[in-house]
Amino acid sequence: MQKINEISILSGKGGTGKTSLAAALATLQKNTVVADCDVDAANLYLILEPEDYRTEKYISGHKAVINYDICIQCGLCKEYCRFNAIERMTEPDYPKGKITIVETSCDGCWLCSRICSVNAIDMAPCDKSYWSTGNYQYGKMIHARLAPGEENSGKLVNVVREQARITAKESGAQNIIIDGPPGTGCAAIASITGADKVVVVTEPTGTGLHDMKRILELAGRFQVKKYVVINKSDLNPDMTDCIRSWCEKEDIPVIGNLPFDPRMVHAMVACKSITEWAPGSEISTVIKEIHRFLSRVQKT
Amino acid sequence: MRIAIASGKGGTGKTFVSTNLFAVAEKEFHNVTLVDCDAEEPNVSEFINGKTISTEIIKQHLPVIDKEACVYCGKCRHWCNYNAIICLPDNKQIYLIEDLCHDCGACLAACQYNAITEIEKRLGTVSVKQCSNHSRTIEARLDIGVYSPISVIKAALNKAQDTEIMLIDSPPGISCSFIATIVPADFIVLVTEPTPFGLNDLKLSVETLEQLKKTFGVVVNRTGLGDDRVYDWLEEKQIPLLMKIPFDKNIARIYSQSRLLVREDPSYAIHFLNLLKAIEGLCKK
Repeated sequence: MQKINEISILSGKGGTGKTSLAAALATLQKNTVVADCDVDAANLYLILEPEDYRTEKYISGHKAVINYDICIQCGLCKEYCRFNAIERMTEPDYPKGKITIVETSCDGCWLCSRICSVNAIDMAPCDKSYWSTGNYQYGKMIHARLAPGEENSGKLVNVVREQARITAKESGAQNIIIDGPPGTGCAAIASITGADKVVVVTEPTGTGLHDMKRILELAGRFQVKKYVVINKSDLNPDMTDCIRSWCEKEDIPVIGNLPFDPRMVHAMVACKSITEWAPGSEISTVIKEIHRFLSRVQKT
Repeated sequence: MRIAIASGKGGTGKTFVSTNLFAVAEKEFHNVTLVDCDAEEPNVSEFINGKTISTEIIKQHLPVIDKEACVYCGKCRHWCNYNAIICLPDNKQIYLIEDLCHDCGACLAACQYNAITEIEKRLGTVSVKQCSNHSRTIEARLDIGVYSPISVIKAALNKAQDTEIMLIDSPPGISCSFIATIVPADFIVLVTEPTPFGLNDLKLSVETLEQLKKTFGVVVNRTGLGDDRVYDWLEEKQIPLLMKIPFDKNIARIYSQSRLLVREDPSYAIHFLNLLKAIEGLCKK
């Protein structure tokens, strides 16, 4: 059986054009599977407009809840909590202050609920997050939404990627396009793990270069092929040269220079990928070359 | 006054706004601190120079299991809600998966045989830089490969106490790391761009801030490049539009060279000062 080719699009810095590139790659070939792993701020569905046929809840964790009918205000939970999520709040009838959970600090570790001598602490599931699978014009898409403030975005990324693999096997798709999150933390790590290729989209700015180096250093810890795409490359040609020479020194191929083109934004406003909106543009030509390059089946 | 600069979508101009605000604030106030809380990709130091006066290494605890004392009862594994402990009693094997450990202390509390002690593991750094005699930056920087930036962010914010104006450059998104930076803030500036992606992510941020009952306003960056839906939405929701920054290749060039707009173009020094005044006004309401 042919191995599925998982291509993860990342950037370190936000707003460099990950989703615009992913949307274009997702609309160049039929029978593609797309995984939107920016579960914090998912946008790809706005372009691909999938018709979801399956949606599942995702339990991202739990939060402690005190049952005040039982609580004896001993404060043992406060002593044990390492997240400073339990405080004594000033309140009438509570001379020492009322033991209260600070929900935004609670990590959901369950320790308070386990050590409470009167079993006054319950753990309530955080079930406002979900993931969905749907059909879009060129294939199938898995996307998710992490509810505000919730943890474990890395785990939700794992769920989305696992579903993408199952879907790709079922539909016989060769490529999975992963639209990754910004940053280098758990969600980015989960977007790299097990991928075949990582494409880092950067821009010719001081911050673009700084952030690209960090995400490539992270990717370097995995068995994954690394590539760079420079977006808006003509906005600062000196910095573009600087990025190219750094990549050359590190032996990382730069597989495309995308010029600045306001049509990228126009396409987004029209909910189209750039290759659908302006197929004859220079930018679309370069993206088609990138697509051909990345789709080549790796003989191992 | 503590002002967080945030956005759901990445790359809308959080650091651009926070560094330029810092440059005008340090002229107006006696004690100004900019805390770079985008610990996964900290960028403030690309724009603002200063003399490093301290760098603290931020650590977490990691349990160490003494295999002589361990009876392989599995209670620590059961109490660990992060699946960081693997215990195979039949083979007398017990392991820790370091990256999954959240430093909650549950395994330590669970063990009745005194088989667990703790060591420290490095997560990142918090660096303080003096910029002028009354202004400084504090940078939270996560080590590459570390999963969660929360501890490093909280350590940076703790260092910033006792400051007249505290500016916080938040991480993108709406997850736990974003929440850690806005909880201590009196006011949040949400930076967006007039595109469908910008608006979609702005709505997520607003929903989060409304749940937390926070005061906030919006800066629209790169106006003229997308569409007008964001303005209609802000009006409908009666959310204050604090500032509009046009898309301008000259601004993009200044940013790309890691320079500050307010130092290159005096008219923007006035615009950013007005932004600061507007925030001050809204905070007092």
